[in-house]
Amino acid sequence: MTAFIVGAYEHPRRDIPDLSVAEIHAEVALGALADAGLAPSDVDAYFCDSDAPGVGPLSMAEYLGLRCRYLDTTETGGASYLSHVGHAAAAIALGKCRVALVVMGGRPRSLRRASGPDLSGAPETHHETHWGITDTVHNYALAAMRHMHEFGTTSRQLAEVKVAASLHAQHNPNAFLRTPVTVDDVLYSPMISDPLHRLDCCVMTDGGGAVVVAGRDVARRLQRRSVTVLGHGEAAKGTGTGRPDLSYTAAVWSGPAAFTEAGVTPADIDYASIYDSFTITALMALEDLGFCEKGKGGRFVEDGTLVAPHGRLPMNTDGGGLCNNQPDNRGGMARMIEAVRQLRGEAAPEVQVPDCRLAVVHGSGGRLATRSSAATLILGREDA
Amino acid sequence: MNTRLPRADFTPSDADEPFWAATTEGRLLLSRCESCATVIWYPRPFCPRCGGSEVTHFPASGEATVYTYTVVRKARGEYRDLTPYVVAYVELAEGPRVLTNIVDCDPADVHIGQRVVLAFDAPDGARARLYRFHPETG
Repeated sequence: MTAFIVGAYEHPRRDIPDLSVAEIHAEVALGALADAGLAPSDVDAYFCDSDAPGVGPLSMAEYLGLRCRYLDTTETGGASYLSHVGHAAAAIALGKCRVALVVMGGRPRSLRRASGPDLSGAPETHHETHWGITDTVHNYALAAMRHMHEFGTTSRQLAEVKVAASLHAQHNPNAFLRTPVTVDDVLYSPMISDPLHRLDCCVMTDGGGAVVVAGRDVARRLQRRSVTVLGHGEAAKGTGTGRPDLSYTAAVWSGPAAFTEAGVTPADIDYASIYDSFTITALMALEDLGFCEKGKGGRFVEDGTLVAPHGRLPMNTDGGGLCNNQPDNRGGMARMIEAVRQLRGEAAPEVQVPDCRLAVVHGSGGRLATRSSAATLILGREDA
Repeated sequence: MNTRLPRADFTPSDADEPFWAATTEGRLLLSRCESCATVIWYPRPFCPRCGGSEVTHFPASGEATVYTYTVVRKARGEYRDLTPYVVAYVELAEGPRVLTNIVDCDPADVHIGQRVVLAFDAPDGARARLYRFHPETG
């Protein structure tokens, strides 16, 4: 690939009752362009998903004053923005566009409602919605319970994912939850849906983020240090003919595609941003991306593996969705932006991974126990 | 079956009408592809495995085992005041894994691998009855 992330911006606020969703999208879009040293007039491609207000990309592209020759509204839940970057890199390589703006944002916290697509017309709806799966956590709990049964994963091991996130979040002044927690804090927090406790769940925050993707010709004339897009993979997993296998996620397909394209292996990775809507989400992704043997994710995350800067695989140094930010209930963009910070050497000093050259960003979307998406990016330092 | 959980309160679409009409008669209809013999879940008028369009229907035996489950302790909407209740995937004897509730038991007694049996909500004249499962007795 020959594309670069040349600008990134994460909205600093987590509760935004005074701005419209369109205004949030505009703030992060303009923030990412300013970070890159570019102007709206430089943009010729716009990427967003269903959290953008209005008609597909049309309303926001107009609001921002863009003139686009390439548009992409791939919607895969929280993984969308990783797919957008992969698609933008491919489009740039084909000469279809030069500067792509990827934008997301939303206000589930201040609007006090769950966000997401309208499922009323989906063919599976009447076979899945009447039995009291009223929140996303109930669905993920089905996968967590099965993982415990098949592989012996424990609640203490899942809690390690939250503990690492909380240790990182204390160094992020914008994080929604900044107080470190212990394994026992997670286990003694209220059970929401067995085996997932309240502290196994991500935060619900307002916010947003944006990145700018451009080709080498653009990247080389900008002042700011850029990040190389080395590999991309994406996949969807469903219930097939009605025999869902909850032992793995779509990362078993998106991961190898991204690693192969980048020509690297999990052993080469210095830093990981992994989608953590729930602790089980990240733990299963780590297995499926190949950071440990299938079923050994619980053992892998013990003993501070994920804790920066010196753990074996520092993960989600912004505090992740579990502590920092899950804007619009979609964490892919926020996780990707932290990987950009790490590769630029601009993470919080306490959690900056020394000599960080290679990062994996992994997103998932939809619902793990029914139908879900995965998108994986391999990102490299400018000189990688 | 004795459960406080909500009954069906939706109107099936035309395409789904035969499936839900059968539930009012106490039958859970499964679909089988006549080309590749796959038992298909959820119901649809073609086979998602081979693309075949000749799909026939037969009633499930009602025997199943728990594939996975969760005890829901915090919920919204009409389920909000009914916690704790059990949501599960049960694996039917015919193969498909189906989302449902396990009822008529202490949630603490539910476990993966447990044998369960199909039951329907009591008839109430509605156009659909929800399929649920309870532990095998005796």
